[in-house]
Amino acid sequence: MPQDTLQILAPNGELVGDPPIDLDRIRELYEAMVVARVYDRKCTAMQKQGRLATYAPFEGQEACQIGAVAPLNADDWVVATYRDAGAMWFAGYPMVNLILGRTGDERGGKTPEGINVLPPSITVGGHMIHAVGTAWADKLQDTGRVSLTMFGDGATSEGDFHEAMNFAGVFDTPTVFFCQNNGWAISLPFEQQTAAESLVDKAVGYGMRGVRIDGNDLLAVVAAATTATEDARAGRGPTFIEAMTYRVGPHTTADDPGRYRTETLTDQWRAKDPIDRVRVYLEAQGQWTEAWEAGIAQAASQQVEDAVAEAEALEPFTGDEIFSAMFAEPTLPLLDQREMLRRDGP
Amino acid sequence: MTERTMAQALNAALSDALADPSVVLLGEDVGMTGGVFRVTDGLRETFGGDRVIDTPVAESGIIGAAFGMAVAGMRPIAELQFMGFSYPGYDQIVNHVSRIRNRSRHRFTAPLVIRIPYGGGIGAAEHHSESFETIYTHVPGLKVVVPSRPIDAKGLLASAIADPDPVIFLEPIRAYRAIKEDVPDAPYLTPIGVASIERTGSDVTLIAYGAMMKETRQAAELLGANGVDAEVIDLRTLVPLDVETIVASVQNTGRAVVIHEAPRTTGFGAEIAALIGEKALYSLKAPVERVTGWDVVVPLRRAEKHYTPGVDRIVNATMRTMES
Repeated sequence: MPQDTLQILAPNGELVGDPPIDLDRIRELYEAMVVARVYDRKCTAMQKQGRLATYAPFEGQEACQIGAVAPLNADDWVVATYRDAGAMWFAGYPMVNLILGRTGDERGGKTPEGINVLPPSITVGGHMIHAVGTAWADKLQDTGRVSLTMFGDGATSEGDFHEAMNFAGVFDTPTVFFCQNNGWAISLPFEQQTAAESLVDKAVGYGMRGVRIDGNDLLAVVAAATTATEDARAGRGPTFIEAMTYRVGPHTTADDPGRYRTETLTDQWRAKDPIDRVRVYLEAQGQWTEAWEAGIAQAASQQVEDAVAEAEALEPFTGDEIFSAMFAEPTLPLLDQREMLRRDGP
Repeated sequence: MTERTMAQALNAALSDALADPSVVLLGEDVGMTGGVFRVTDGLRETFGGDRVIDTPVAESGIIGAAFGMAVAGMRPIAELQFMGFSYPGYDQIVNHVSRIRNRSRHRFTAPLVIRIPYGGGIGAAEHHSESFETIYTHVPGLKVVVPSRPIDAKGLLASAIADPDPVIFLEPIRAYRAIKEDVPDAPYLTPIGVASIERTGSDVTLIAYGAMMKETRQAAELLGANGVDAEVIDLRTLVPLDVETIVASVQNTGRAVVIHEAPRTTGFGAEIAALIGEKALYSLKAPVERVTGWDVVVPLRRAEKHYTPGVDRIVNATMRTMES
């Protein structure tokens, strides 16, 4: 890690800074990381069995997934991507919704009332400005809510990144920009994504605070996310966080990383695993047992199985239902088309 | 009643809407200068810079931020300066604004209005005269509204702002100040999705919208003086289209001429002609005529007259339908 990168828990599990949270909270977040990993691996396995559509794994990024969301309130906004299922789940988006989405069902996008997690953005980069808009609305209406948007290094090359960062800076919106710099945008390495040495340098160009952190260090992620969230909530505007992490898996289940990278670097990053280091730390504090972890993993696995079963048990949309959510009320031309489908079939 | 131009009628609708604190207006130069066409003139002074917001020059940012505000429960009205400048925001409109209701099965919605001045006739620079309404009418999940006169402009904009779904509100540039008419002072709603039969007639149906209504009305008068009794329909809304009014009229007259300044190929006239073919073919006494712009870049000021349909083209096309 470059020197200006915040780290609190080193890869060997030793503290090199002050933990922002107590041991009980660390145990909670550790448990969430384990659930996220079990979910992630289970989805990849189920995709291979043909039970889910394409899946974008986040393995190796669990500290970001859980830590970025950890300081949020239940009704804060989360505007994230297809690779942020762990973060969305931890922010209150039900696992069955995540699974439904991956089976190819729009009902997965129906977030429960009271939870302000948007369905995942599938296009790259267009969603960051939405977290500026939600935050701007909250600022104008004085709700005290914060908007977190998550994205990868690839998204920072989109013009949308510039417009979102610029608007957030100009209008001083309570937005937290959380970039998981995981080294790869499908096959494109970071070095070819930008000539900048680091993404965090971009923050200054928007008059925004920026901080770079070890994204595989749960405590560093929580520390940075907490400061950014508190600043936003207190009216001190947006923050850009660059979390240095690594996508140890493929871009999606349809991707073959062997075509563009060797395993050497991936193995180096696996040695810096975000879950392992917290486990070593907790174990040294007498806060971890194998039985506890096995219990969490077993429950998570069952939760995913149950969510898949629930999703698969749901009858697919009828022809009528594809017309029912284009507008608050279907328009006359839509009703006409619905009649055509009823009359002639697909 | 006050005599108002379309720009003034729109301003009145915006002023009425801003009484609701969840409504905000944002766009380039909408505050201090009142917009490039002065439609938002004076609103910043009345409602403040937090509600009538001058934004950086970034159409995608304007629409994307307005989208986020709408999702969070506000009623934003985004102004773009010209249709030719709307394309940087098209990704937001097509991929997010039009889809969030379906994507979330009604949990999140985007009740925002995107106001876009469109069309030629003022001899402006390149990109300032375009009439590409079909790039919006083709996108599922958007409503597309085009007023042609002050009284409708006020009521339709009020309806667009109140609508629970996103509305693309196209404002014909050359009609901003071309017509003055009495407009009620109190707020009122003109329904979206309902065409207006401006003139009843028995020989032929002239179907137009937006800026082309001016030439269409003139053509109808001229035709009337020559013994051709034209019915004139102002569509007012392109999506959802008032199919019933069009079909009923053509079934009565047996002839139809569709007029728009957009390019001919896959222009909105093609949709109207197809609908007439589907639903009123056996009433037709003549082929449907389309009077349109050409499939060319809108010529600049010195040659623009060759592009925009004029009264003569409408009359000539109509007379062709009268031959059979």
